[in-house]
Amino acid sequence: MLDDFMTRATLAGVGVALAAAPLGCFVVWRRMAYFGDATAHAAILGVALSLTFQMSIFAGALAVALLMAFTVTLLAGRGYAMDTLLGVLAHSALAFGLVAVSFLSGVRIDLMGYLFGDILAVSRSDLAVIWGGAALVVVLVVWRWSQLLTATLNEELAYASGFDPKREQLILTLSLAVTVAVAIKVVGVLLIAAMLIIPAAAARSLARSPEMMAVIAALIGSVSAVTGLRAAYVFDTPAGPSIVCVAAILFACFSIVGWQTQHKA
Amino acid sequence: MALITVEDLSVRYGANTVLRHVDMSVEPGEIVTIVGPNGSGKTSLLRAIIGATSPSAGRVLLKPGLKIGYVPQKLHIDPTLPITVERFMRLTNRVSRKSCAGALESAGAHDLLKRQMSQLSGGQFQRVLLARALINRPDVLLLDEATQGLDQRGSAGFYQQIEAVRHKTGCAILMISHELHVVMSASDRVICLNGHVCCEGSPAVVASAPEYRALFGTGTGGALALYRHEHDHHHDHGDNSQEAAE
Repeated sequence: MLDDFMTRATLAGVGVALAAAPLGCFVVWRRMAYFGDATAHAAILGVALSLTFQMSIFAGALAVALLMAFTVTLLAGRGYAMDTLLGVLAHSALAFGLVAVSFLSGVRIDLMGYLFGDILAVSRSDLAVIWGGAALVVVLVVWRWSQLLTATLNEELAYASGFDPKREQLILTLSLAVTVAVAIKVVGVLLIAAMLIIPAAAARSLARSPEMMAVIAALIGSVSAVTGLRAAYVFDTPAGPSIVCVAAILFACFSIVGWQTQHKA
Repeated sequence: MALITVEDLSVRYGANTVLRHVDMSVEPGEIVTIVGPNGSGKTSLLRAIIGATSPSAGRVLLKPGLKIGYVPQKLHIDPTLPITVERFMRLTNRVSRKSCAGALESAGAHDLLKRQMSQLSGGQFQRVLLARALINRPDVLLLDEATQGLDQRGSAGFYQQIEAVRHKTGCAILMISHELHVVMSASDRVICLNGHVCCEGSPAVVASAPEYRALFGTGTGGALALYRHEHDHHHDHGDNSQEAAE
C-alpha cells in the first residue's frame, strides 16, 4: 500500500494535520501565531546546517526551531514588543538560512522543496518520522491538556492549582518545534504556520468546547490535506500550497456560516 | 497554627525591590485585607504566597495540606477559546457535576452553568471565578482586587457574597482591595503595605494610624465613619473576632 506515492503523501499530510490541530488551537488561544511563524522560518537555517554537516534534515530543523523558540521565550519582555521581536528574529533567521543555503553547491534546486514542501517525495522513512513526531505531540498535548488550558487562561490560576505554567509553556514550545520539523517536508517552512492556524481558526465557529475545537480542527486539517493533494494531482498545482488553499476555503465557508447563525440567534 | 505565615519576605525584580522584610500571617476564619498604593507590592505578596514569585529573602510557610482558593485580578479569555462555565469550573478540580452546580449556586450564579465564558458580564464572570475558587472547599481564599471593573453596586454585592461564604464555610480570606470603604467595613484585620508593612491592625486602628493617613490622605476620615456606621449593623466583625481570639 505504501508503494504508491499518493498514498504516502496523503498519510504524511494527515499526520501533520493531526499534530497541528490541537497545537494550532493553543497557538490561536494564546495569540502566538507569529511565534509559530518565527519557529518555522528559523527551520530553513536548520535545513542549511543539516546539509552542511550531512545530518538528518529533521534533526537540524528541530534543533534550530527549538533554539529559536527558547531565544524568543528568553528575550520576551526585555524592551521590545513581542511582535517586533518575532518580526526581527523570524525574518533574520529566514534570511540567514537562505544565505547559508546559497554557500552549498548543488542545493539551489532543492530550496523550493524546503520552502514550499515536497510532499509527493515523501519516503517510507519520512513517513515514520512524521507519524512518530505527530504521535509524540498528540500524546504530550492530550496528557497535559487540563494544565495547558489552565496555564493559557491565567498564570496565577495555574500556580494556585499547584503546577508551574512555565513548564506548560515549555511543553507547547517543544511540541511546536517538533511539528515544524516534521511538517517541512509536507508544506515547507513558509506555510507551516498556515497548517497550525487555519484549521484551528476554521473550527472556532463550530465548537462549543476546547476539546471539540481541537477535534474539528483535526478533521478540517485532514480533509484539507486529502482534498488539496487530490486537487494538486488533477490540476497539476504545487501540493503544499494547494492543501493550504483548501484549508483557507474551508475557513471562509465556516466563518460565513458561523457569522450567519450568530446573527440569527 | 496560622494558615499562612510570611517571614521576613523580600521580593526583587531585577534591581527593583518591591517587598522588604514583610512579616504577616493569616489565622483560620479571619478576613485580612491588604491595602496600599499602586506599586506597593500587594500583588507580589499574593504571588509569593501562591508560589508564582520566588522570594529573594525570607520565606512563606503554608500549613501542611492547606487548600487555597484563588480569585485572580483579571482573567482574559480569548474569544477564540470556546469554553462553558461548567467546563471551566471543572478544569483543574476533579469534582462532580453536582458539586459544581452547588458551588455556582452559593456564589449566586446557578443559571450560568451551560453559558459560554466569553458571553458573561463582568459581575457574572467574577461570581464564576469565586465559585471556582470555592469548589474544593478551601481553607483560605485569596482575592486579588477581585472587584476591578465592577460598579459600586456590583462590588458591594460581591463583598456581601464573600461575607456569606466566610459565614457559611468558615474559610479565611486574604484580599487585596482598592476600595477603602469596603475594606474598612468588611475586614477583621487590615495590613497597610507600601513595600513594607506600614501598619497593621483592626480597621479602626489602621484608619487612625499616621502612616495610613500619610499614604491615603485625609479622605480616610470618611472611610472610618462608614466603617463605624456599618459596624452598627454587622456584629460579626472586628471586635467579636478579637474576643474569639482571646
